[in-house]
Amino acid sequence: MTAYLLKRAAAGLLTLVVASAVVFSVLEILPGDAARLMLGFNATEDAVQALRVQMGLDQGFLVRYFHWTGGLLSLDFGRSYTYSVPVIDLVAERAAVSLPLALISLALSTAIALPVGVFAAARRGRPADTLAMAASQFGVAVPNFWFALLLVYVFAVWLRLVPAGGFPGWSAGAWPALKALILPAIALALPQAAILARVTRSALLDVLGEDFIRTARAKGLPQRAVLWRHALRNAMLPVLTILGLQFAFLLAGTVIIENVFYLPGLGRLVFQAINQRDLIVVESVVMLLVATVIVVNLLVDVSYALVDPRLRTRT
Amino acid sequence: MKIRKSVLAAALVVLVSNAAYAARTDLVLGIPLEPPNLDPTAGAAAAIDEVLYANVFEGLTRIGARGEVLPALAESWTVSDDGKVYTFKLRTSVKYHDGTDFNADDVKFSLDRARADNSTNAQKGLFAAIDTVEVVDSATVKVTLKNPQGSFLYNMGWGDAVIVAPESAETNKDNPVGTGPFKFGSWAKGSSITLVKADSYWGDPVALDKVEFRIIPDAAAAVPALLSGDVQALPNFQLGDALPQVQSDPRFKVVIGSTEGETVLATNNKKPPFDNLKVRQAIAHAIDRKAIIDGASGGYGVPIGSHFSPANAAYVDLTGTYPYDPAKAKALLAEAGFPDGFKTTLKLPPVGYARDGGQIIASELRDIGIDAEIIPVEWADWLKQVFTEKDYDLSIVSHTEPNDIDIYARKDYYFNYDNPAFHKVIEELNLTSDEAKRTELYGQAQKILADDAVNGFLFELPKIGIWDAKVEGLWENAPIQATDLTKVKWVD
Repeated sequence: MTAYLLKRAAAGLLTLVVASAVVFSVLEILPGDAARLMLGFNATEDAVQALRVQMGLDQGFLVRYFHWTGGLLSLDFGRSYTYSVPVIDLVAERAAVSLPLALISLALSTAIALPVGVFAAARRGRPADTLAMAASQFGVAVPNFWFALLLVYVFAVWLRLVPAGGFPGWSAGAWPALKALILPAIALALPQAAILARVTRSALLDVLGEDFIRTARAKGLPQRAVLWRHALRNAMLPVLTILGLQFAFLLAGTVIIENVFYLPGLGRLVFQAINQRDLIVVESVVMLLVATVIVVNLLVDVSYALVDPRLRTRT
Repeated sequence: MKIRKSVLAAALVVLVSNAAYAARTDLVLGIPLEPPNLDPTAGAAAAIDEVLYANVFEGLTRIGARGEVLPALAESWTVSDDGKVYTFKLRTSVKYHDGTDFNADDVKFSLDRARADNSTNAQKGLFAAIDTVEVVDSATVKVTLKNPQGSFLYNMGWGDAVIVAPESAETNKDNPVGTGPFKFGSWAKGSSITLVKADSYWGDPVALDKVEFRIIPDAAAAVPALLSGDVQALPNFQLGDALPQVQSDPRFKVVIGSTEGETVLATNNKKPPFDNLKVRQAIAHAIDRKAIIDGASGGYGVPIGSHFSPANAAYVDLTGTYPYDPAKAKALLAEAGFPDGFKTTLKLPPVGYARDGGQIIASELRDIGIDAEIIPVEWADWLKQVFTEKDYDLSIVSHTEPNDIDIYARKDYYFNYDNPAFHKVIEELNLTSDEAKRTELYGQAQKILADDAVNGFLFELPKIGIWDAKVEGLWENAPIQATDLTKVKWVD
């Protein structure tokens, strides 16, 4: 088990090093100039050059690369070209929105998906199963920005229960902040839940055909115990894999939802930074995400080992 | 006795509810783009000025709702007979929001900083004519120009020319300190910027106590924000297809005005075949402005025939110079040696009017035999390829700076246009401060550009403002990039 985890951790570190080189060089190829973008059409060339010097963009590619990676080692992500504040501050502000949002929608989608998946699998082929799967098909097919707008019109414009968008900040109190995250979390959770429910159902159906299930039933175990204790636990591997992928997506792949609810999340930060050629922000956020994905995958690996005793003994 | 008591109680209720119905003093405005910083002297982004100009920062002069030059921190001025020396009489007892006093030293500091060698002012050109800035006394500043400049007072009204204090100049990007009627409250990055009333303000106090600019990047999100009451004004927002939904709602006022944005089919005048006047004239004849305005701007926007704002007093309508006439366009192309047309490219930046307008123009050009391949580009890419490297044939873009006809006289500007006659008019304009003469010269300049068909002149970008019907005082037009809140109030 320890050796297994060490191996995974080493692979993760190597991935980070390779990623830093790839991310940096790919982004540097992007045409465009943060200084010219900041000063616009009318700026004189000497003003633009003065700003380039101020931003540190007059230095060479390698100098900047090693400066950046050197900083990363000591958790110094550099300063944003556009905002001229430390990148880490920007990221921390945005993560205070994106992280809770991702966690809430993940919890929500799991809370919806597992029961639905188990319920459908247990009633395979019956109307309840067909209905549940039709609903999940709908969940997968509905574009989430459309669903998000629908939620806004019903709950914000019509019922006026929650704000139509925006984020007041945690300093405004936990409840107003949570209120602002409810609709986006639902909008994000629905398609995730739909996918997860389908995966749960099919994984469970595979397991339900196994001999040990028949044995458990023959032993006279109630259906509920068979399903939740024996079958679901064995069906968890693909479900956990999908969950891990979904978490990574929820952290930064949510630009569209962040736009609809005008939330200051990580996805929008990256999107904006790409447009403004604030490359140091893009590079640093991408590296953070790579690191997060690696850690989440590591956790998923650990949880595999927890649900699957065979992986515990493998070295 | 009992009756009296209840009368008294009723009177009290009326009193209390009257107090509760006093006009609102807070306002939330939706803006589509977040300013990259909060210092008007450190960036070209319109969003910076749209939050801070006239609200937090003030210049020597200011631009009013009709584009006129008004006194601001300078309460009056005199100009020497040769037009080279401006003596500004400054307002006294003006304080910055941090409590420090404003005086002539700040003016000298601000102007010298903007034109210094290491200046990163996006409009450094505004200060190019300044030779020296002298402090005469604490309330008088003498600015000497290298040559007379007719637009000098106007230039000093730009957001890029606001007066800042030496103590706060370097930190204004994050914590702006100005002299205006509002002071900076807070900035939740990516989310909103809050301004609060500055009690120390020298001028007429403003009616609003608290103003929040909320960043709403998506038009589809802006409408529900407005409908739910979260946001009460969208001072300048391209709502596109969502506009009719708001227009039919009596709770809101929809005000269509004009910006200073000349939307043009930018043309590379040195690159064959566009170096041929007949080809450019053919393109001008091929353009149906009405179809473009309908398709790219929801039917709003005034057609233009040259590079000049119809809102300006010196505007001349030249849309008839080369009217829409595909047959004539084809004939001109044939005369120019392209009876079968030619292939070219059309690079489009990521804005609605360009992407939608590009489709229409490409199809209109195809009608006369020109096959324009559409190449969508990002802004950063556009600035590099089109604006800086001039590696383009045709493009569509809106030039939003006010009074910017002089860009056609700039060396190496990306239109690659170079006409000595035009240079002469602009030079003369620079040396003229007589209004009547300036109007005449502006007219000549517009005519030359129209005749030369330098670019395809399309339309003036509209300013679409939507706000609560009870809000008054927001500008109809945008003669300068600003959301001037000094006269804004709630009425019942």
